[in-house]
Amino acid sequence: MICNYETVFIITPVLSDNQVKETVQKFKTYLTKNGAEIVYEENWGLKKMAYPIQKKSTGFYYMVEFKTEGALIEKLEKEYRRDERVIRFLTLKMDKYAIEYAISKRNKKSVKTEVTKKEE
Amino acid sequence: MAEKNAEIRYLTPPSVDVKKKKYCRFKKSRIKYIDYKDPVFLRKFLNEQGKILPRRVTGTSLKYQRKVSTAIKRARHLAMLPYVTDMLK
Repeated sequence: MICNYETVFIITPVLSDNQVKETVQKFKTYLTKNGAEIVYEENWGLKKMAYPIQKKSTGFYYMVEFKTEGALIEKLEKEYRRDERVIRFLTLKMDKYAIEYAISKRNKKSVKTEVTKKEE
Repeated sequence: MAEKNAEIRYLTPPSVDVKKKKYCRFKKSRIKYIDYKDPVFLRKFLNEQGKILPRRVTGTSLKYQRKVSTAIKRARHLAMLPYVTDMLK
């Protein structure tokens, strides 16, 4: 059964911008190669964490929303664990309310960016 | 005389606290999904030490209290909220 999933992962802050991009790209291609369809992605950038993880107090946050078979999730999480650059991750299945919420949030955002573009 | 003493008079009428009825904010504003990615909002359900406030304080209904608690726990896992602190507010 194909479901909507959402995953957030934190990448170590010691990497350069290019290395971060590379890591993100790696996971995205991993998803698409294994038959997942990426619905939405969001880069939250370097954020301060509420508590240190692996003695690091900041991290690059990245969020991906995708549609796939359930079996891929296990493989994806295994891939996260193997990668040293990922220090924390969270994957969850989205219920109907979560999907609704995500869509409305996205629409709001696109409206906002349009408005700011017009103002410019 | 006895009658007069029996009648107690106050200069200012004693104030009786009228308790405000608590309500569930999610039911009232019809919020169906509680986002774990919004730590600023979730902070309303935490006390100063970062503990989750009980339902009797916030007035949230049971259904949404469960959702709030899972959202907070997810946010904690992603280091967007602390597990333990002091002086959060």
